[in-house]
Amino acid sequence: MLFKRKEFIQIGSLATTSLMVPKFLKAFEGKSMVLPGNKVVVILQLSGGNDGLNTVIPFRNDLYYKARPKLGIAKDKALAVTDEAGLHPALKGFKELYDDGSLAILNNVGYPNPDRSHFRSMDIWHTASQSHEYWTNGWVGRYLDAQCNGCDKPTQAIELDDVLSLALKGEDIKGIAVKDPRRLYGTANEKFFRDVMRNHKNEAGEQPVDYLYKTMAETLSSADYIFQQSRMHPTNAEYPKTELGNSLKTIASLIYSEINTKVYYVSLGSFDTHINQDAQQQRLFTEMNDAVKAFVKDLKQQHRFEDVMLFTFSEFGRRVNQNASNGTDHGTANNMFLVSGGLKQKGVLNPLPDLSDLNEGDLKYNVDFKNVYATMLKKWLNADDKAILAKQYEYMNFI
Amino acid sequence: MSLTNQLKNQHLMWRAGFGPAVEQLDDLSKYTPKQFFKALVKASEKKPDYIDVADDYLKGLMMGIEEVGRQQKKELDADERKKVQQKNREGVRNLNMYWMHEMVNTASQLREKMAFFWHGHFACRNLNVFYQQGLLDVIRRNALGNFGTMLKEVSKSAAMLNFLNNQQNRKDHPNENFAREVMELFTLGRGNYTENDVKEAARAFTGWGANIKGEFQFRRFQHDFGSKTVLGRTGDFDGVEVLDILLEEKQTAKYITQKIYKFFVNEKADTDKINWLADRFYKNEYDISKLMEDIFTSDWFYDEKNIGAQIKSPVELLVGIQRMLPMKLENEEALMLLQRVLGQLLFYPPNVAGWPGGKNWIDSSSLMMRMRIPKLINDVDEMNVKAKDDDDTMMGMKDANVQAKGNKKPGGQQSGAAYAGMRRQQINANVDWQPYVKHYESVPRENLAETISKILLQTKSRVSMDIIKQYADQTGRENFIKTATMQVMSTPEYQLC
Repeated sequence: MLFKRKEFIQIGSLATTSLMVPKFLKAFEGKSMVLPGNKVVVILQLSGGNDGLNTVIPFRNDLYYKARPKLGIAKDKALAVTDEAGLHPALKGFKELYDDGSLAILNNVGYPNPDRSHFRSMDIWHTASQSHEYWTNGWVGRYLDAQCNGCDKPTQAIELDDVLSLALKGEDIKGIAVKDPRRLYGTANEKFFRDVMRNHKNEAGEQPVDYLYKTMAETLSSADYIFQQSRMHPTNAEYPKTELGNSLKTIASLIYSEINTKVYYVSLGSFDTHINQDAQQQRLFTEMNDAVKAFVKDLKQQHRFEDVMLFTFSEFGRRVNQNASNGTDHGTANNMFLVSGGLKQKGVLNPLPDLSDLNEGDLKYNVDFKNVYATMLKKWLNADDKAILAKQYEYMNFI
Repeated sequence: MSLTNQLKNQHLMWRAGFGPAVEQLDDLSKYTPKQFFKALVKASEKKPDYIDVADDYLKGLMMGIEEVGRQQKKELDADERKKVQQKNREGVRNLNMYWMHEMVNTASQLREKMAFFWHGHFACRNLNVFYQQGLLDVIRRNALGNFGTMLKEVSKSAAMLNFLNNQQNRKDHPNENFAREVMELFTLGRGNYTENDVKEAARAFTGWGANIKGEFQFRRFQHDFGSKTVLGRTGDFDGVEVLDILLEEKQTAKYITQKIYKFFVNEKADTDKINWLADRFYKNEYDISKLMEDIFTSDWFYDEKNIGAQIKSPVELLVGIQRMLPMKLENEEALMLLQRVLGQLLFYPPNVAGWPGGKNWIDSSSLMMRMRIPKLINDVDEMNVKAKDDDDTMMGMKDANVQAKGNKKPGGQQSGAAYAGMRRQQINANVDWQPYVKHYESVPRENLAETISKILLQTKSRVSMDIIKQYADQTGRENFIKTATMQVMSTPEYQLC
């Protein structure tokens, strides 16, 4: 019985899908959407406000050590990448990526009138609004809206989580949150839900109830689809047994399948290091480093590293001065990592923060994160960034 | 087809309250909606009690600081600060639970529902429990009173002054945050004022602050007494006078009425109805209870297109279930977790614009979670999901907490499965089924499923009753009623009201 299981599930789920899936979802079956050569983005959110100054360390700058008598990372500990910048000691894999030409570092990324509330600042990053605007949908979600007009494929953006982030909620189409394809498949295959779905009267109208049934149909069939795809070419590579390790492993398996997903979203945290920053950042960076390292190694072996762009961001950086509890408080501008085998520009892309030119103790931004989004959308995903971001932002040259 | 009084009264209870309660079941078809509404108004007349959940330790500390503060500035040390944060967090949690309990159990449904609306309108994130309970009191006391009075009290509340940075709004360093939001979100709405109005109004609010106990303070030396021009009027206005100017603008009545219409009647705005209501709201000098009476006693409120047309918010859903099925929850934390996972944690609105509502509540994971709630209540399922972290609440303490609970192994290595760090929890609900089951006493067995679904659903079920019957427990009348109820509550239709 056991050896038949895989086959059984595939046949089983196909049988159910063909019975219950409305016509507009049938497009799922058959053709693959993302073949080798097609590009995907992996967004790694560092929640809580990662301390950028102890991530990319300006070890030649006295002002840095003056501001951080205890928290400053010594020059000989930092993993030097240029003659003035080094990476956090836990980021050995990132240093290898740097040497290898598959890492780019963007400094001083932020936005005008920065907000120091985690939630609000994260909102701004997720929606790509100005800081005085309140938008109710996210930039990846609007990418789905633009990309999927009429095609109803919510699996084009997947978040590895139990709860869907605002970033993936579009006006009409929302991405799918799935931490574990098998578990989602289990929930969605509850017989009662299937029977409700199969036996309800479909009136395909504009009422909220139609929206609920549409969402339910999408969820059930996406659950099947994602689960099937995740089992098609599961990666054999070794990943660390951490949450992020598991998530990146799932993502890799999906990338090797024929799934139509273009954007993967995953979070790591909390980087809110008000007290005893060293231990906490070290622990989280170790998790990030090991997982990303395994992910890149895997992608390279499968010859897909050129097609994958992973980038990190955090809702804000932290203040330049350390506080009295060996931690740092909420700040403003921050750095971002870009990891890919397809980078056009590598290394440190722009000057390190100017610690002699601060705004009330905080770094000044000089790269708007929306320029990064625009570049990803236009040059990597080939999408209409202007429509998605509601404004034309200048493109950058790393792609 | 004429609609039954039962359906209309259920409609009224879902909109003017948090859904019909089990003890009202027999009355639903006995009275007309007008009679029902009258009773609702009467039950909401009593002035609400102040909800005080603040911890004695915090109170003592605040008083202590105030005493010492008169002589010299006292700084809290790191341990005290940590304890204060933790006590505040617990306080806001208790406030949440207390208020939700009130929503479930109070007869003053109309008032609490109104307060719930204002809670989203005057959205405020604040980690200070004194400030939060102060603001909640303002909102509950004025929920059905005068909008202008409430606006002024909210504007002077420590919670809002802090949240919108008015403590930093000084004569020589104006901070425009409060002035902007009061126009954009609390009164006029976007596009009905200029940047210059914001700038000038901000000057009028300079010097408005609150002390550590949360009392309003006017700091005369920080106030700009000069002349300002706001919305075409010029004078040496103070904050209250600017609020009066905003209230003089008919646009404010329009904006508030439109928001109320979309919340209580239908997401799809009907401009004619809104204009008619707004005219009267303005003429009645912003009397909220008269506005609500206009709505709930109108014929069009009971039009078929308005019934079952709204997606319940997570709080409406969770409270509504508990009103129909009275229950004791051993694990109240689960209610918090559900609020969080479904996207509406009371006292933590996403931003000053409040919860966007409507279709925004629904995505694949939130919908599946909603439909699993009845199983959680029945303890046949576990809550195996993890909410997102809220760093504003955790204040960097997540690690400490997680480690204390022993969920995560040191060094970032988690054992085994992808969600080893997750607590699987059960709600452990003890449902008092008796009054609910009793209501169906005289219903013939073959009509049970139909009758149940008519009570629980505001929209015609698209699910065939055969499915409900097929999944219900057939081993006796009572078991059938219980399980069929759970099945009906697990449908997409139950998400609507």
